[in-house]
Amino acid sequence: MLLQNFLEESAKKFRKKVALIHKGERWTYEEINERSNQLATFLRDRGVCRGDRVAIFMDNSVESVISLFGILKADAIFIMLSPSLKSSKLNYILNNCQAKALITHVNKLNVLMDLFEATPTIQFTIFSGDKTKIPVNYLSTSIFWNEIFSSSYPTRLISYANIDLDLATIIYTSGSTGDPKGVMLTHLNMISAATSITTYLDNVPEDIIIDVLPLSFDYGLYQVLMAFKFGGTVVLEQSFTYPYEIIKRMVQERVTGFPGVPTLFAILLQMEDLKKFDLSSLRYITNTGASLPVEHIQRLRTIFPWVKIYSMYGLTECKRVSYLPPEELDRRPGSVGRGMPNEEVWIVDESGNRVGPGVVGELVVRGSNVMRGYWGDPEATDRVLRPGPIYGEKVLYTGDLFKADEEGFLYFVGRKDDMIKTKGERVSPKEVENVLYKIEGVVEAAVIPVPDDILGQAIKAFVVIKNGYPITEREILKHCKNELEDFAVPKYIEFRNSLPKTSSGKIDKLTLKQETMGI
Amino acid sequence: MSIEQEVRKFIERNFILDGNDPLQDEDSLLEKGIIDSTGVLELVAFLEETYHFKIEDEELIPENLDSIKNISQFIRNKINGSASFLQRGMGN
Repeated sequence: MLLQNFLEESAKKFRKKVALIHKGERWTYEEINERSNQLATFLRDRGVCRGDRVAIFMDNSVESVISLFGILKADAIFIMLSPSLKSSKLNYILNNCQAKALITHVNKLNVLMDLFEATPTIQFTIFSGDKTKIPVNYLSTSIFWNEIFSSSYPTRLISYANIDLDLATIIYTSGSTGDPKGVMLTHLNMISAATSITTYLDNVPEDIIIDVLPLSFDYGLYQVLMAFKFGGTVVLEQSFTYPYEIIKRMVQERVTGFPGVPTLFAILLQMEDLKKFDLSSLRYITNTGASLPVEHIQRLRTIFPWVKIYSMYGLTECKRVSYLPPEELDRRPGSVGRGMPNEEVWIVDESGNRVGPGVVGELVVRGSNVMRGYWGDPEATDRVLRPGPIYGEKVLYTGDLFKADEEGFLYFVGRKDDMIKTKGERVSPKEVENVLYKIEGVVEAAVIPVPDDILGQAIKAFVVIKNGYPITEREILKHCKNELEDFAVPKYIEFRNSLPKTSSGKIDKLTLKQETMGI
Repeated sequence: MSIEQEVRKFIERNFILDGNDPLQDEDSLLEKGIIDSTGVLELVAFLEETYHFKIEDEELIPENLDSIKNISQFIRNKINGSASFLQRGMGN
């Protein structure tokens, strides 16, 4: 079984059923399947071979969904890039995965500057949007999206060379060194995760899921994959920027499933009278990215008493780890539940021994959903994928500290490293610090998380400036905004004359954290 | 200072603009990557404080908030107490 079979099976079974609703357009399973077949043939014609990487860089759209399936059908590996990515990180990722082609939109042109010089492996680009905006110097290596489908490429497709052990995608996530790491996921990994999740959510073809999360975020991506698996409908949105619009769409489309992250629910709960909306169709809410404050869980339950709320936890390296069955929510509101179906989890101490209830240790995950490793980085892979109970198998050391209660329900305690979780996204302090150090005149920089009602954690940066460099907070933020994705831009900047140091001479972040918390 | 100028000043001070790509009054703040969901909350707080009116949930829509032009028109309508400003009902 391959991931694209989700779409193909549903296209056979449900043909004219609406699979995707986006910006007022309604796309059937058959239409998406036929378009992705045409795209696959086109990619093969242009020399994309089995195992090649093809990147997608655009906002949530019908094109991005067709693209990911088209790439899979060409036996290639899709890389869904964050739409808020900036040039330097974009180029880093495209070079890291040696992408052969890029599918993008003309509204991303300002980020794509010098693309072919900076990323020599890219042989061609497919542009959607307004054709007249494609720059002259791109024309010889560019194809316009619509022309692929007005051409004579067949809407049916022949067989695949891939098997389920081949890679389906590489998802780039923040790494502790500051450079992003490419999480390699096979078809089997993704099918396993999608099967487990749709099992515990009891998904049925009648489900209509609203997806406001970027498809570059695995949680956003899986909404499409899973709905296509069970033959449901996805209402795909670009973002949650205008919550009223989203709620209205949920009412109109009779949405049954609403996945989100804590920041999104915090914004939702700021709306005054949610009860006036007819959301009687809503069957479940899922939360992951970070744990939902207990108070927010309670308020959501008061407003939507008929809705099942699933607290979940996961990481890109294995997609999902655990979920709390909704009926347990009253008894253990702070828990993220137990391992999902067809997966085993346990907690170990520093020496790798399993610990009992109430003892904090690192969470280990065993399952077909666990990644193949980090692309091109065997050392980082060996640190997190370590030998499991059966000879030759590998299990995932998550780097997340947990404890379990007597019945095995999990409680998140913290990270082993200093990774920040903000707006549901993982951010490496090192990455932000590296960007700050690039500013001329910055001699020291330290980035720490601070608690934030809406973001979960907000990013705070301390900077020390060399004498004679009149750098303003605004200039620093502007520089960050040009280099970092929106969620990684610090919310607070504090100037210091010097930063506290540990006895070994490193910047003492613990002291900075304590000072910030007023301890 | 005109309302447009005041709004622009707030946006320039609080959100980071791309120096190479000047923001026109008609440009979508969302499409240009200037504003996100938390940015909208900041914008709403600014408008409520500066112009002394209350923004209803129903008014949190791009037609009112997604460009300098739309925001300025929205402010004028609110100040004038005009019933014509965009407020979308639930389709009934």
